[in-house]
Amino acid sequence: MSMGFGGYVSPEQLMKDRADFARKGVSRGRPLVGLQYADGLLFVSENPSAALHKVSEIYDRIAFAAVGRSNEFENLRIAGVRLADMRGYAYDRRDVTGLGLANAYAQTLGTIFSNGGEKPYEVELFVGEVGDTADDDRLYRLTYDGQVSDVKGAAVMGGTAEDVASYLDEHYSEGQPLQQALKAAVAALGHTGNGGGDRVIPVDDLEVAVLDRTRTQPRKFSRLSPARLHELLD
Amino acid sequence: MSGPRIPGAYLAPGTSSFADFLATQAPELLPARRVEAAAANGSLGDLAPHGTTIVAVTFPGGVVMAGDRRATMGNVIAQRDIQKVFPADEYSCVGIAGAAGLAVEMVRLFQTELEHYEKIEGITLSLDGKANRLAALIRGNLGMAMQGLAVVPLFAGYDHNTREGRIFSYDVTGGRYEETSFHSVGSGSLFARGALKKLYRDDLDENGAVTAVVQALYDAADDDSATGGPDMARRIFPVVHVITADGGRRLLEADVAAIADTVVAGRLRRPDGPVAALEGGQA
Repeated sequence: MSMGFGGYVSPEQLMKDRADFARKGVSRGRPLVGLQYADGLLFVSENPSAALHKVSEIYDRIAFAAVGRSNEFENLRIAGVRLADMRGYAYDRRDVTGLGLANAYAQTLGTIFSNGGEKPYEVELFVGEVGDTADDDRLYRLTYDGQVSDVKGAAVMGGTAEDVASYLDEHYSEGQPLQQALKAAVAALGHTGNGGGDRVIPVDDLEVAVLDRTRTQPRKFSRLSPARLHELLD
Repeated sequence: MSGPRIPGAYLAPGTSSFADFLATQAPELLPARRVEAAAANGSLGDLAPHGTTIVAVTFPGGVVMAGDRRATMGNVIAQRDIQKVFPADEYSCVGIAGAAGLAVEMVRLFQTELEHYEKIEGITLSLDGKANRLAALIRGNLGMAMQGLAVVPLFAGYDHNTREGRIFSYDVTGGRYEETSFHSVGSGSLFARGALKKLYRDDLDENGAVTAVVQALYDAADDDSATGGPDMARRIFPVVHVITADGGRRLLEADVAAIADTVVAGRLRRPDGPVAALEGGQA
């Protein structure tokens, strides 16, 4: 990469180019919302494709959501499932934590980003972990360069993220029940800034999943079926 | 997990099987390997606790599996309230007779295997697929079986394709056999199976099937010293799992206790249990 026409590219420029490259890849995808609601964490995305999930289960209380290049985040998802299952089997189910997983992803993304021999991953991730109470819920957001931030409330990744986030700022608040939070998230995904008309996203194009602490099973992850979505949104 | 970069093998495309992944990445964690070194000389059969009798019965719409609560070490009762029947996933369960320590480890691996496949592939394995994966795990334990630490599982689940409960039994070499109607494994299995032959009818409802397995375990405990009967003094009763189209669940202790109390009350009047008709009559 440093072998351009002039032969020398400053490290600052090199990292900036890599960041621009990754950011562009991420912003090509449709936006994805991750937020806290009364019973846990909710992930909403517009995803007409039934072949590929953007939101998936990693472990009992942990979910994974991503935007960007699908083959790259699919690799990360599988690595996360393997890592979590390996740890849960070698130690105990309770020893698998969202923070541990977020850190492993951060290290991986960070190393790839700064390693000149590899193309940076064009992805951004959510790692969510539902706790026994709303105070124990954790939502981590990871960027393509491996930075982790702890989200309180709601966050948006992917293309048009700013428009979606500005809508959420006004219409979403923490601790809303599922239906209210979902409606806000879906409306936000269809929101376009600069005065353009808002779209209504067809219910069948939505991919929605929750980590619901009220589920009686140890596995708290659940996808909302189209039937359930119609029930909640119509 | 909070270590540095995730190893390349984790990110590489490949198997959806957790057991295969474990065998390449951390073979020392495989159940058989954990005790292999210790078993290098001589038989371990008398040193490790053994679990005893497991029974399973199908009924229209589902299947019931139950295990007694005793683990033995030679002539000593090692544990009175051991659990030998476990959910494998939402629609299947596994009960294990044989070396208890290895068995519990193998169940954990099997549970992880099924869940892992489900998460990676996004769909659950067919019931036959699950049964075959368990066979592969048992086969991996053959070396241990030769040292006296055999693990003999009984696997049961609800098959969404055929809409019925099904039962699979295994031998120590991983041979897999589908059983019809009912089956039992472990030291008291001969007596339990004898009882079930007389008690089983193909129109049993869920409650009837549970009563039949509790009766069968009572008969196993009656004639096999390694099988524990209902412990009326300590209120310890068999672990019973029921699996239907709605999923599997372990029956509440209180519900099993109520059925066990009825069974024991019947045995106080007739110690050998319910009478079966001799010829052609209704039992």
